[in-house]
Amino acid sequence: MKAAPFAYHDPRSVEEALHLLATLENARLLAGGQSLMPMLNMRVAFPDHLIDLNRVEGLAGVTAEGGALRIGAMTRQRDIEESPLVRAHLPLMSEALTHVGHRQTRNRGTIGGSLCNLDPSAELVAVATALDAVLEVQGPSGARDLSIHELPLGFMTPSLAPEEMLTAIRIPLPPAGHGAAFEEFARRHGDYAITSAAAVLVLEGGRIARASLTLGGVGAGPLRLRSAEAALAGQAPSEALLREAAAACGSIDAMSDPQAPAWYRRRLAATLARRALTAAASRATTPARQGGLA
Amino acid sequence: MDGLSPRPGEDARTLAAGPGRVVGRAVTRIEDLPLVRGEGLFAADVNFPRQLHMRVVRAEIAHGRIVSVDAEAARAMPGVVAVWTAADVADIPLIPFRATKVRGLEPYCQPVLARDRVRYVGEPVAVVLADDAYRAEDAAETVMVELEELPVVLDAAAPPGEFAPGHDTEPTVVRKEYGDIDAAFRSAHAVVELELSVGRHSGVPLETRGAIARYDAAHDVLELHGTAKKQHWNRDEIARLLGRPPQGVHLFEGHVGGGFGVRGELYPEDLLVCAAALRLRRPIKWIEDRREHLVATNHSRQQSHRIRAAVDAEGRLLGIDDVFFHDQGAYVRTHGARVADLAAGMLPGPYRLPAYRVAGHFRLTNKTPAATYRAPGRYETTFVRERLMDAIAARLEIDPVEIRRRNLVATAEMPHARPLDALGTDVVLDSGDYEGLLDKALARFGWDAMHKELAARRAAGECVGAGLAFFVEKSGLGPSDGVRVTVDATGAVEVVSGAASVGQGVETALAQICAEALGVDYSSIRVVRGRTDRIEFGNGAHASRVTVMSGSATWQASLAVREMALECAAQLLQLSPAELTISEGVVTRADGLAGPSLTLAEIARGRGPNSPAMRGQTPGLTAERWFWSDHMAYPYGVHLAQIRIDAGTGGVTVERYLVANDIGRAINPMLVEGQIVGGLAQGLGGALLEEFRYDPSGQPLSTTLADYLIPTIAEMPEVDVLIAEDAPSPLNPLGVKGAGEGGTNGAGACIASAVDDALRRPGAITSLPLLPAHLRALLVEAP
Amino acid sequence: MTEALDVTLTVNGERHAVRVEARRTLADALREDCGLTGTHLGCEHGVCGACTVLLDGEPVRACLLFAVQAQGRAIRTVEGLAEGGELSPLQRAFIENHALQCGYCTPGFLMLGTALLERDPTMSDEALVDALSSNICRCTGYANIAKAVRAAAAEMRERVPA
Repeated sequence: MKAAPFAYHDPRSVEEALHLLATLENARLLAGGQSLMPMLNMRVAFPDHLIDLNRVEGLAGVTAEGGALRIGAMTRQRDIEESPLVRAHLPLMSEALTHVGHRQTRNRGTIGGSLCNLDPSAELVAVATALDAVLEVQGPSGARDLSIHELPLGFMTPSLAPEEMLTAIRIPLPPAGHGAAFEEFARRHGDYAITSAAAVLVLEGGRIARASLTLGGVGAGPLRLRSAEAALAGQAPSEALLREAAAACGSIDAMSDPQAPAWYRRRLAATLARRALTAAASRATTPARQGGLA
Repeated sequence: MDGLSPRPGEDARTLAAGPGRVVGRAVTRIEDLPLVRGEGLFAADVNFPRQLHMRVVRAEIAHGRIVSVDAEAARAMPGVVAVWTAADVADIPLIPFRATKVRGLEPYCQPVLARDRVRYVGEPVAVVLADDAYRAEDAAETVMVELEELPVVLDAAAPPGEFAPGHDTEPTVVRKEYGDIDAAFRSAHAVVELELSVGRHSGVPLETRGAIARYDAAHDVLELHGTAKKQHWNRDEIARLLGRPPQGVHLFEGHVGGGFGVRGELYPEDLLVCAAALRLRRPIKWIEDRREHLVATNHSRQQSHRIRAAVDAEGRLLGIDDVFFHDQGAYVRTHGARVADLAAGMLPGPYRLPAYRVAGHFRLTNKTPAATYRAPGRYETTFVRERLMDAIAARLEIDPVEIRRRNLVATAEMPHARPLDALGTDVVLDSGDYEGLLDKALARFGWDAMHKELAARRAAGECVGAGLAFFVEKSGLGPSDGVRVTVDATGAVEVVSGAASVGQGVETALAQICAEALGVDYSSIRVVRGRTDRIEFGNGAHASRVTVMSGSATWQASLAVREMALECAAQLLQLSPAELTISEGVVTRADGLAGPSLTLAEIARGRGPNSPAMRGQTPGLTAERWFWSDHMAYPYGVHLAQIRIDAGTGGVTVERYLVANDIGRAINPMLVEGQIVGGLAQGLGGALLEEFRYDPSGQPLSTTLADYLIPTIAEMPEVDVLIAEDAPSPLNPLGVKGAGEGGTNGAGACIASAVDDALRRPGAITSLPLLPAHLRALLVEAP
Repeated sequence: MTEALDVTLTVNGERHAVRVEARRTLADALREDCGLTGTHLGCEHGVCGACTVLLDGEPVRACLLFAVQAQGRAIRTVEGLAEGGELSPLQRAFIENHALQCGYCTPGFLMLGTALLERDPTMSDEALVDALSSNICRCTGYANIAKAVRAAAAEMRERVPA
């Protein structure tokens, strides 16, 4: 299980990387390598050129910019998990990261690598979707912003042109006091989830001002449950309400395999969505929150 | 006194009960130091100058006729020395199997490279030999294998298909029967019938296989490194298949990264590296990669049973009638029909059973060949038998513990002979206090109090339950094992054994036994195993035989050396041997009075070949002893589990687990506990996670460790181990029974029982492994 | 396009100048080019953790890094744990607690455990289990591995008062 030969490129700047990407045939970007390296070793990926982003300057780090957090594409998952800024402002991402592989793989794995690999069950893709992330993409013709919702083209296929690369993601900050929770089910600790759910609730005056509910692992990309979100908005977060909103997962289109048929994924989704919503509601703090939820 | 011939009455000396100076104590292992320092010698760590690397081209479809194999491009690749297909190795016969009573399996054995058909994905079709492992893999990619697809057989219970013209896919049916089974069913108060199945899983050791062959022309010896388990049998067969005398072939065992039954069998790759080393006159190294391992190394376990029990009104067994289908995969390998035979022979377990009939259909399918995996035939049949006992309990509304009590063979009935055989020996349960151990286990687990607690948790909405499974293991397969113990001129002690180590602590256990008998420090004893150049015969490490067989031989050889040393010392010190003892390698007066002493080193020097006193005698402070056994020793035990099901996901969490295991005598309780907990992890894996799955065309779906799910620490429950020594084996001087397989044996059965209990649906679980989706479906259907 | 590259690997404080193809993994370079065979390969696709080494102090899977990527980084392997022949507290704890059987996963667990203990010898049991779940052991059932790491942690806490 040894990789097929390739030419190795080690750019130091984004410009250099973009130039290589634009000029080399059958080239692939190497980020943290936690998904690409197994594919190379197993010879299911055969790039002629590998462009290693690990020494490119300026692609890593978490910064607060305006009302958003900006996370460089090459920021290690472990650094995001431990970032005080992320912990303070994006607790959903901190929580979800503890489910991404293992602490050891998070030492290498990057957020950009995870988003571009676009595994249907990837936690970070679901979280970015739940938080309406904006992707900063650079290509030969300059930079553009891409909504996370437009990233998945198909199964493990991001909507980036072959000569484009992701350089950072920006996540608008949910208001202080919002409640968020991430739930997933995998047969074994640290594995990709069969299904996951990410919930964000913003309360105002004891009612849900804004809700975000996202499922991972049910289709090629994450699924935002817009109708359930709309049904939650303006309501007091009672247990019955949250249960009903989660029950909407029972009618989604879900993918199927012998170990996890579609009906099972739907039931899992409903369970996990209910748990995520309930936890999010209990974590949301507003002055109007009276008594809260059990 | 020559160290070779036992004296009359010598084998009668048995190890005294209770902890000894070293035996029975939880001492640290002598194996560990190089392993924690990164100085081990595993297969991939073996290198020779000028070596070539072998890469195997494997079949990519499950069944097909080979139209052509085009290796021209590969032969032209840089670094490639040779590419072989079946035509290049046509002179190597099919890989044989070890003798069993089952006949007629020869046509179903595997060639080293596929001849006219491929029969499973992963079957070796060609090999590339190149100067570098990466380049060998590059070249292997270019070998074009043209195949014409043939229909696949994937279900062993479906009607047999064609293996080859004139041979169908059912090479044999293993039948055993005693008592009047028809009368049992005629007179039954109730008949309980179940259909049950166990999934395909296997040992999957963390080190993949490896084989490094080297032809030493200077000495005309073919060496094979990276071997395990059965060196002497493998040496003999390699020699025979390659047309050499066994003396011109030597197998070497380094460190072994887990065996569990699958490693150390004779596989195609072993013969290919040997043949290549002989022909190309260069060392040949082959290291299996993980994806290869999951399709090439023996699978195990897959069986489906249709079992019926006849019981009386009190739930006592009158008879069991079982028909099962054993999914052997594509070829008969070195075990022959052994797993099916063991399943048939061991199914009755701990219960009194007046009549029994079993028919085991040994079927070939287009999947990776199967053979033994830790507790072979017992993990499967304990699941089947204990499911049956739970079903009988439910049918007659008798408590599951009580139903077992009523049927357990009583201590007064030991030894308990069954008119059955397993592994070619008659099944005679040698000793045991089954009910006594059950009581101890229930008390230790707090069974009754736990049920109250579980009831309260259920009332609060939790889905929790508990279950149990009783098992009988077998161990100490004979017929023989020899050990030579030698004290050299510096006083260093060496134990040379025909056994092997698969990483389970063999060296420490044998060193403890030797130290106990001889009166030396165990930690400085050198234990040699797995090397055909150091001892002429051996039966290896499998079937939990080493501590019983090699341990007994070590005991006897060490006692013989002790006696020899005492007699020499007695002459020199002018005392009788009975007045002397040995401690820390020094012979002193046994009564503790001051007096002259002699070290074992001095005695060994005195017995040197040039010592005048040794004229006419075989020199050396050394003895070789052989231990023989016609019967196996039967350890037994009980598994108890408390589990929780997440009703929302169908996920099972094992909260608490107890394995109680009577192994007659624990040479090292720490190692025994390690065996049991480690064995349990594998048993739980087979119950909850691990499965080799295939798609409808026979493509394997579990080809990475991300798909074949081995438990991590996060999946392991808190495990309590109760090691019992209530029933020492009367069959060997140490009283020991094997400890390697009891932790695995009952796990599938126990988890199934506990899950039934949590679901409040007796009999709900009929197959392993348990899939969360399936449990979720059962929960939906729940009343 | 398969030309060899000159790479200097700093392993356990020692510099190894090796010439490797770009596709050579760090694990293979350590084993085959530096002769440090204590780092084992169990899957070569990042699941089992047998090849765990420390890269600038953090545990990583050496099968998921190319050797060329480790240029200029401090690599630690199992061979570097014992200092002057004296076993590290974790190595000793592995022996004393029977935390190994076949020993194949042991170097990976030792490196993982070493990183955890160096970072935080006071970590909770839950955090410990979470961190250790990245590596697979097929022999022990893990109980004694966790016990050994806890024992070494206790020893390290005593040595360096909090």
